Amino acid sequence: MTKKKVTAKVLSQKKIGPDIYDLWMSTELAETARPGQFVCVYPKDKSALLGRPISICEVIPTESMMRLVYRKVGKGTSEFATLNTGDTVELLGNLGNGFPADLAKGKKVFLIGGGVGIPPMVQLAKTIQGEKQIIVGYRNSETFLDKDLDRRGELYIATEDGSLGTKGNVMDAIRENKLTADMIFACGPMPMLRAIKKYAEEAGIPAYISLEEHMACGIGACLGCVVKTTKKDPHSHVNNTRICTEGPVFEAQEVEI
Amino acid sequence: MNTSVKIAGVKFKNPVMTGSGTFGSGMEYGEFVDLNKLGAVVTKGVANVPWPGNPTPRIAEVYGGMLNAIGLQNPGIDVFMERDIPFLQQYDTKVIVNVCGKSIADYVEVVEKLADKPVDMLEINVSCPNVKEGAIAFGQKKEALEEITAEIKKHAKQPIIMKLSPNVTDIGEMAKAAEAAGADAISLINTLTGMKIDIHRRKFALANKTGGMSGPAIKPIAVRMVYQAAHAVNIPIIGMGGICNGEDAIEFMMAGATAVSVGAANFFDPYSTEKVIAGIEEYMTKYGVEDINELIGAVS
Repeated sequence: MTKKKVTAKVLSQKKIGPDIYDLWMSTELAETARPGQFVCVYPKDKSALLGRPISICEVIPTESMMRLVYRKVGKGTSEFATLNTGDTVELLGNLGNGFPADLAKGKKVFLIGGGVGIPPMVQLAKTIQGEKQIIVGYRNSETFLDKDLDRRGELYIATEDGSLGTKGNVMDAIRENKLTADMIFACGPMPMLRAIKKYAEEAGIPAYISLEEHMACGIGACLGCVVKTTKKDPHSHVNNTRICTEGPVFEAQEVEI
Repeated sequence: MNTSVKIAGVKFKNPVMTGSGTFGSGMEYGEFVDLNKLGAVVTKGVANVPWPGNPTPRIAEVYGGMLNAIGLQNPGIDVFMERDIPFLQQYDTKVIVNVCGKSIADYVEVVEKLADKPVDMLEINVSCPNVKEGAIAFGQKKEALEEITAEIKKHAKQPIIMKLSPNVTDIGEMAKAAEAAGADAISLINTLTGMKIDIHRRKFALANKTGGMSGPAIKPIAVRMVYQAAHAVNIPIIGMGGICNGEDAIEFMMAGATAVSVGAANFFDPYSTEKVIAGIEEYMTKYGVEDINELIGAVS
């Protein structure tokens, strides 16, 4: 499971939503990646030096294929959006702990994704066997990855403008469809994760949430990407733990968000 | 070819060290580089008690570099001595512990605890721009720098390096103050205070509003300051600021540095330290340099 910086080869890339890109690459990192882990992707433009942390959407380990689905938001991701078949790209991976998929055995689970938090749910849904209710939230009917997820479990969609599925957010979809679960796995914007944390606490069920933060190194050295924790963590000895190393996935009650 | 250099009686196998705060205590980089190859590991700053650091966001990218406002999060000297020193002892490299504090007494407490530990040198951080008390407060006034240097020198069993801030009017004056008060060496530059505003959200990019700028964009400023400091003092200088490859390192040495530190480059590329060492050797081979010491201050 050693971390490596590698040169990956682009197999294909297409735009699959508003500023949402679907990138398949050939890289050895695909062989050992776990769901919920991430890679840092480096821009070629040397004025933008930091790796961009992007969650792994899907892997086909036997073919050394890795899929990233990301939103074009700034200088780095705008460059990535121009990658074509045959191009190379530098990756650092595999980073972070990933989702504890083993714990889902025999459990009825929610897989919840909001916006660009949806991609890691694809590999997680592939990994977890058993009863899966997948709840995803979008801004509007311009959805992405819903077809990939639909065949892996019961899919529920929420849209902010109500143009598809439940009008509102993922929590509204859970309420409207009267869904229940024993365990939650989630990735998405902070307000969504806060709502899930509260919901899980009230329901008395564990929720594993994936966090993000600006980071410089991705390997636990810079201490840039910390989150406040309820207990002192064994690395920092203060109530601040590293999202890139001890995370990005935390049990919701262990972090103060 | 000889790549070893000497600072205050301590011999380093090569002049390449790690910039404090960019390399932890080496554990995270052991997966990428052979720590035995480094001249020294300079640790992340450690205080007498654990420090939680600043709120997030702590990191922002800027053109050709980055801003950080970590706020010297550290587990405190007791954990450090139990965990980090034994880890570093396993390697054939020199250990330089970076010491931070809010008051002179804080620094002295750490320095005294390290007195009988297998630590080769101490680097005294009087230049972190991201904490409200201590640190840079000692590094921006000549008198304060002299006072803390003299006081630490009284208690330190290892040679001390005063790490200077570039956020001063006259770096030569600060270097002289450190030397006069008994510093065995100086290191520079720490980060330059900067600011970034997210115009889309009308907010500061960093929770701390300001942060320390590092990365290749600051290199020319750092080279200039090393040159000025080298002409102001006789004690050795460890130069740093944007070093990414062997050529950058050579540039600092020609400006007057005896050794160099690789900092932010570790974040962009975890193999950076080894690449800098290889690049220096390549340069020496190319120009037939037998002894690296002949490059120190070669351009004056």
